Amino acid sequence: MATTQTPPGQKKVAIKEMSWDPITRIVGSLGIHTEIDFESKKVEKAWSTSMVFRGFDIFMKGIDPRDTHFISSRICGICGDNHCTTSCLNQNMAYGVKPPPLGDLGYNLAEAADYMFDHAIFNDCMANVDFCEQMVKETNPTLLRTAESTPAPGSDIHGYKTIADIMRSLNPFTGDFYLETLQVARYTREMYCLFGGRHTHPSTIMPGGVTVDITHQTCTDYYVRLMRYIDYVKRSVPMHDDLYDFFLQELPGYDMVGYRDMDLVCWGYFDDPDYVDYDYKTMTEWGRARYVTPGVSFKGELITTDLVEINGMMRILLGSSYFDDWTDEETFVTEDPLGNPIDKRHPWNKVTLPKPQKRDWQDKYSWVTSPRMYDARNDTYVANDTGGGPFARQWVTAKAGLVDFGYVKATGHSLQMVLPRTASQPEMELEWKVPEKSNAIERDRARTYHQAYSALIGLHCLERALKEVREGRTKSWNDFKVPQEAVSVGFAEAARGVLSHHMVIQDGKVANYQPYPPTPWNSNPRDTYGTPGPYEDAVQNTPIFEENGPENFKGIDIMRAVRSFDPCLPCGVHMYTGKGRVTKVQHTPTGMS
Amino acid sequence: MAPATEFVPDQAKTEAVEAHVIWMTTGLSCDGDSVAMTSAVNPSLEDIVTQAIPGMPKVIVHNPVLAYEVGEEFMQAWYDAEAGKLDPFVLVVEGSIPNEELSGEGYWTGMGNDRETGQPITTNEWLDRLTPKAAAVVAVGTCATYGGIPAMKNNPTGAMGVADYIGWDYKSAAGLPVVNIPGCPAQPDNMTEALLYLALHLAGRAPVPELDEALRPKWLFGRTVREGCNRAGFAEQGEFATEYGSDDRCLVKLGCKGPVVKCNVPVRGWQSGLGGCPNVGGICMACTMPGFPDKYMPFMDEDTYGSLAATALKFTYGPLVRWGRKRNMRKDYDVEPAWRTPGNELKTGYKSRSAGYAPPGSQR
Repeated sequence: MATTQTPPGQKKVAIKEMSWDPITRIVGSLGIHTEIDFESKKVEKAWSTSMVFRGFDIFMKGIDPRDTHFISSRICGICGDNHCTTSCLNQNMAYGVKPPPLGDLGYNLAEAADYMFDHAIFNDCMANVDFCEQMVKETNPTLLRTAESTPAPGSDIHGYKTIADIMRSLNPFTGDFYLETLQVARYTREMYCLFGGRHTHPSTIMPGGVTVDITHQTCTDYYVRLMRYIDYVKRSVPMHDDLYDFFLQELPGYDMVGYRDMDLVCWGYFDDPDYVDYDYKTMTEWGRARYVTPGVSFKGELITTDLVEINGMMRILLGSSYFDDWTDEETFVTEDPLGNPIDKRHPWNKVTLPKPQKRDWQDKYSWVTSPRMYDARNDTYVANDTGGGPFARQWVTAKAGLVDFGYVKATGHSLQMVLPRTASQPEMELEWKVPEKSNAIERDRARTYHQAYSALIGLHCLERALKEVREGRTKSWNDFKVPQEAVSVGFAEAARGVLSHHMVIQDGKVANYQPYPPTPWNSNPRDTYGTPGPYEDAVQNTPIFEENGPENFKGIDIMRAVRSFDPCLPCGVHMYTGKGRVTKVQHTPTGMS
Repeated sequence: MAPATEFVPDQAKTEAVEAHVIWMTTGLSCDGDSVAMTSAVNPSLEDIVTQAIPGMPKVIVHNPVLAYEVGEEFMQAWYDAEAGKLDPFVLVVEGSIPNEELSGEGYWTGMGNDRETGQPITTNEWLDRLTPKAAAVVAVGTCATYGGIPAMKNNPTGAMGVADYIGWDYKSAAGLPVVNIPGCPAQPDNMTEALLYLALHLAGRAPVPELDEALRPKWLFGRTVREGCNRAGFAEQGEFATEYGSDDRCLVKLGCKGPVVKCNVPVRGWQSGLGGCPNVGGICMACTMPGFPDKYMPFMDEDTYGSLAATALKFTYGPLVRWGRKRNMRKDYDVEPAWRTPGNELKTGYKSRSAGYAPPGSQR
């Protein structure tokens, strides 16, 4: 498995091939395969592979469009509810139905609870295990010694005296913050169930609205749990700031771990019932009224906040995935409902043609296709990433400066948040400032601030829902008819980033259904033009800070880089620590043997 | 050190048993069962790994969603199980099993890499290696039990359930058939409770689990959704919802499959007793059933049999029962007994046997 190579015409270096497969503490199957130069402590190359194929877009063809949210929910076991809701937004567009305000608010309340759950369990029971005392002891013992004697600046609020105490609180199954978060991840799912019925595949999220019976009791049950959560967040954010700042201070250059250009995508989420009518033709306006703003950035420049323009920029490329091209297949959509041209490589026209084959790192090595954003200014296809969700959502929202609902205000360079008084803490103000770099630490930090942001969206929508219920407007669903022909899209945000469902209805049945979840945006392999996917790019930029040599190398910096994107491939990362045998340095121009 | 007092017989002995759980998530699945398992409370995952029940064996769970280890270090448990070094182990399978006879030189799903070829080891290969040695095989979620969504009509992978693949007559090393915990995902507590039961069984503390013809534990799947639903009373009275949401009557005319689905969710709730399906306003989509999803689609249309029964209830004795009950409540049960009034006379029928207390109206 392990080999070494020297690229032709370059200095001979001993490079170790190492892979981690499966990558655990994520949802789904992912493998990362790398070549590491232990002399210069750099990752030379990285490949990301997904090992599972199921073919949803194939077996959804021909079904009743009203079944699409039930079926597509099952794409993912942690963002299933995000898929279900996206499918409902998509269907609302296709059927021309607008739920009553309580229905729109029901979607938001369920999804806000999902973010509160998801960001909590992923950050502190999965990703931050990479920052726990046990892990740091095994990978960077020197750093742990420093942590033992470094006081935590926020100890007055969170109660941990030193940075090492914070690390200990994150030890799996013994650390008190880890254990508390497991409980938090339960009562936040209770909140989800109050509006969605079940987590992760909901029973009450439907096209036309929310079918749960919403009463004063539903709102009360949500309210008490939400305030408990806000209390928790007030301790959580300062604690994470202390931990992450410590890494950046003590390990100069750590801001290059998982570094990428600021090429971000965010589709926006949480519609305001006063603006949204689910019509494609008015999507620009209601998209900009969302509580999280949609947007695309290239190299740190916010290019657009217009969902119609964003839709036109989407392309699906092949290159290294196990599929045949669809150039000879039917073209479903040539222009969108506003008359804008739609490309053959757009999701509306994508046809899935699987072709299982041997894995070959130089050719085809993954079941994930390569979504790209087309930059018409210079005719290029950019491998944008979702920043693991919160990072891109907050970056776009802060920069766009459109959001201001009292509890949260976007300033153009930051997000200002006000958390109301709770049982054990006074009112607290938080400010998330747009960071200079897109890297692992900032993605993780954004996630902890996003717990506060999600809770505040929940609080705002709950207040609006209570007003509806108290004034007797308890209807949360409107009827609709399925048209014979329709072209529609649902744009949303799964916890870990952009999520779109594109649908074409012909003869009253699904003619094409193309879901594009966040992880294909992040975990995809090299495309037709050889451009690596974001994980590959981020891992290739990652310097090695781990104190272990090749013999007991754990790849912790690489793991932090990958997990910062919150991978969720019901597909997986396969990294393979092995001993990474070093054979003789040799020329293998074709690459890996 | 053995505890000073044994609260159950042979407590120290069975608590010393180490039982491993090898949890594979690489069937064709969404990992939703593992994610749901983290939300279980009866028992919770912490309860299982910290031996919260007296006499239960030490359970070591190997599951990729929460594992500390990564890559080969994580995969070691799989190789150890194959080599017979983990004894006993329970193999938990999540996700449906594709037909790898149809994937040529490629694969539909795999886990870990073959050390010789560098190619993925397929999930099917792992089942071939591990099921002969497992003390029990548990299929969690409807994908693993009966095929589920990836096994829908027109699927390209030929997906099926675990028992379809290894045989419905399979017997584990401990003589158990496959134990099926269906649900999409499986109800969290149903999974952890079944694991706890098996751990106790393997330690000799609980009898063989009683399973039905579809290999479901009878105590979890013996009743239908309707039989446990809080809206069943409406059905009995012939009252059916005409729109989703604010109409809290029986949902069967809006597509609920509850009368013909074996599932305990309306009784157990979804998360810590909250949520569920028809009990909170969502139609039952039959996600626990072997015929799911194809036989129940389109989900939002009423089921033929359910519709017939509903029509019969609506137009025959349902209205009579409803009329009688409402009348009885209005005239009788919703009205307090007549003696609860103020005034200078006791009307309760109290018989005084005391010389000191005999208010007006009391009898002697």
